[in-house]
Amino acid sequence: MSRTPTAKTARTTKSVKTTTDTKSTSTTKATPVSPAGPAARERDPGGGIAWWFSDAGEMALRNLKHLRRTPDLMMYALIQPVMFILLFRYVLGGAIDVPGDDYGQFLLPGIFVQMVLFGSVAGTAVGVADDMSKGIMDRFRSMPVSRSAVLAGRTFSELARTLVAVVVMIVVGLLVGFRFDGDPLPMAGAFLLLFAFGYAFSWLAALIGMAVSGPEAAQAGGTAWLFPFTFISSVFVPVSSMPGWLRPYAEHSPVTVVVDTLRAWLGGTDAGSAAWQSLAWTVGIATVCAPLAVARYRNK
Amino acid sequence: MPDAIAVEALHKRYGDVQALDGLDLTVEQGAVMGLLGPNGAGKTTVVRILATLLRPDSGSVRVCGVDALREPERVRPLIGLTGQYAAVDEKLTGFENLRMLARLARRGRTESRDRADELLAEFGLADAAGRLVRTYSGGMRRRLDLAAGLIARPEVIFLDEPTTGLDPRSRTAIWKVVADLSAAGTTVLLTTQYLEEADRLAHTVVVVDHGTVIGRGTPQELKDRVGGERLEVRLQDAGQYERAERVIRGVVGDGPCSHDDEGRISVAVAGGAMLMPELARELHAAQVVVADLAVRRPTLDDAFFALTEPGEGSISGADPAPAPPEAEHVTAVTAGRTDQR
Ligand SMILES: Nc1ncnc2c1ncn2[C@@H]1O[C@H](COP(=O)(O)OP(=O)(O)OP(=O)(O)O)[C@@H](O)[C@H]1O
Ligand SMILES: [Mg+2]
Repeated sequence: MSRTPTAKTARTTKSVKTTTDTKSTSTTKATPVSPAGPAARERDPGGGIAWWFSDAGEMALRNLKHLRRTPDLMMYALIQPVMFILLFRYVLGGAIDVPGDDYGQFLLPGIFVQMVLFGSVAGTAVGVADDMSKGIMDRFRSMPVSRSAVLAGRTFSELARTLVAVVVMIVVGLLVGFRFDGDPLPMAGAFLLLFAFGYAFSWLAALIGMAVSGPEAAQAGGTAWLFPFTFISSVFVPVSSMPGWLRPYAEHSPVTVVVDTLRAWLGGTDAGSAAWQSLAWTVGIATVCAPLAVARYRNK
Repeated sequence: MPDAIAVEALHKRYGDVQALDGLDLTVEQGAVMGLLGPNGAGKTTVVRILATLLRPDSGSVRVCGVDALREPERVRPLIGLTGQYAAVDEKLTGFENLRMLARLARRGRTESRDRADELLAEFGLADAAGRLVRTYSGGMRRRLDLAAGLIARPEVIFLDEPTTGLDPRSRTAIWKVVADLSAAGTTVLLTTQYLEEADRLAHTVVVVDHGTVIGRGTPQELKDRVGGERLEVRLQDAGQYERAERVIRGVVGDGPCSHDDEGRISVAVAGGAMLMPELARELHAAQVVVADLAVRRPTLDDAFFALTEPGEGSISGADPAPAPPEAEHVTAVTAGRTDQR
């Protein structure tokens, strides 16, 4: 182990950020100052919005590197949507009656929503639980890193995973004959809604990830509830085919309203009230879960 | 100028374990403080509280004059932490780890890359910079972790057993890092199991047990408390103890003297080396069979054992209670120990 520069020389070039220096520091070299007491070298502890984005970006970058280095995990995350599309389209689809009589056309928007939920919830919950069980979290927590940025970075990077999954589903969907019949604007809106909905749930997943004992528990517990949650909706079958006592819930499930909106916008029809309901759910879930998750992370 | 670290009446309870029980600690600006204590003494708990990772039940904590309990976010930019267990990202490379941490410590992009390279070189990890940390050896991880703690050039650095599990060469290198940091004015709080480490690096040592301070001072002061030079005799036959003691007293006079069941006798002397020939001769004449005869200076180990295991072994003329910190001196308590480092 060789040491070239001594701590002494390092010390004299010690850098100090002025408290107003909160943005565009990426290109600014800090000015060297002579050694000084702590009172004289107060650094900006909070940081400001530019540093918040920088922190979240670094966290997201870290997660994306993890993702890239575990290609098998990424693959499993993609196999499931493909399997669901193929199984429901060809194995179960023939037995399911839907309005319009084209099950593939009915199914795909539902699968989009279900798989985005599974992907982002499982990914975030496991990722957060994994982080919490690692010593590196202690390091982050002992540094002037914005608390919410750590979790935001996690949810941002999950968005990348969602993007890949959606692209794969679009390709497979086209291969099995799905037609994107909507106008460009509503179709773009449909995908935006899809991402936003998945993103909102990743905050809920962050809460789950912090509540469970570790990544294994997150894997099991994080997704189990998603089966009833997504199946009791209009994802696979029309709600009207369900028993009467289940219908009121199924009709108003956030999954149903989002799937109905997607169906309408991708199929070129009017989404009606489902559109704003979807938006309300999405915004509502995010605004409730994100602060809760950050608070929980703070106290951990 | 405020003390770099000022901790008062710290209490922390985990379930029914009182991890910290009214611990006080102050470390001057630029000093190296060694925190010694047996397993479970509460060292890591103190470090975690100082590093704003854990809230105590009660007590006050100031780092560089800033209240760490009220304004932890103002403390964080001032400190660096190398915990007991490596806190680095396994799935990133060494370089990526340090660059990321530099960015999180609010350094510019170029500066962060330079700082990462600089530290990797400094810690002998330049060749492994591009490898995933997962492939690092334990010692390499430890070094990376130490580098990570220094990333922001902190005012105060906490090192929780920084050299545990390192080979002698890496350990010496880390000692040099600590010495350099100290020379450059950084305050260092270091916990260690290796008393030699504290002896070498620390300006002051605090001995902690059951969450309270049971001794403090410079390493020399602590050693002096145990007494001066000691003459140690190990008998072949423990049964000859009484006869041996009579002979020893005849030669060295009435110093505090202790013995154990295995036939080890330890007595405080002055100028012990000069007494050896005569003692050997007298013991021989009295037909006491001696397995080993040595003069030893007290080590920090002695002080440590004396403080943490009071009353162990039979001690003639010694106070069996733990020494209050302000006690002038504690009489010898080295019974049962002859292993020298
Ligand atoms: N998270 C925890 N939950 C319950 N008990 C804990 C926890 N952390 C520490 N303790 C207990 O608190 C006491 C002090 O622990 P601490 O880790 O501070 O000791 P230490 O001096 O660092 O020991 P070592 O030398 O083994 O590292 C121990 O009895 C330990 O069992
Ligand atoms: Mg410990």
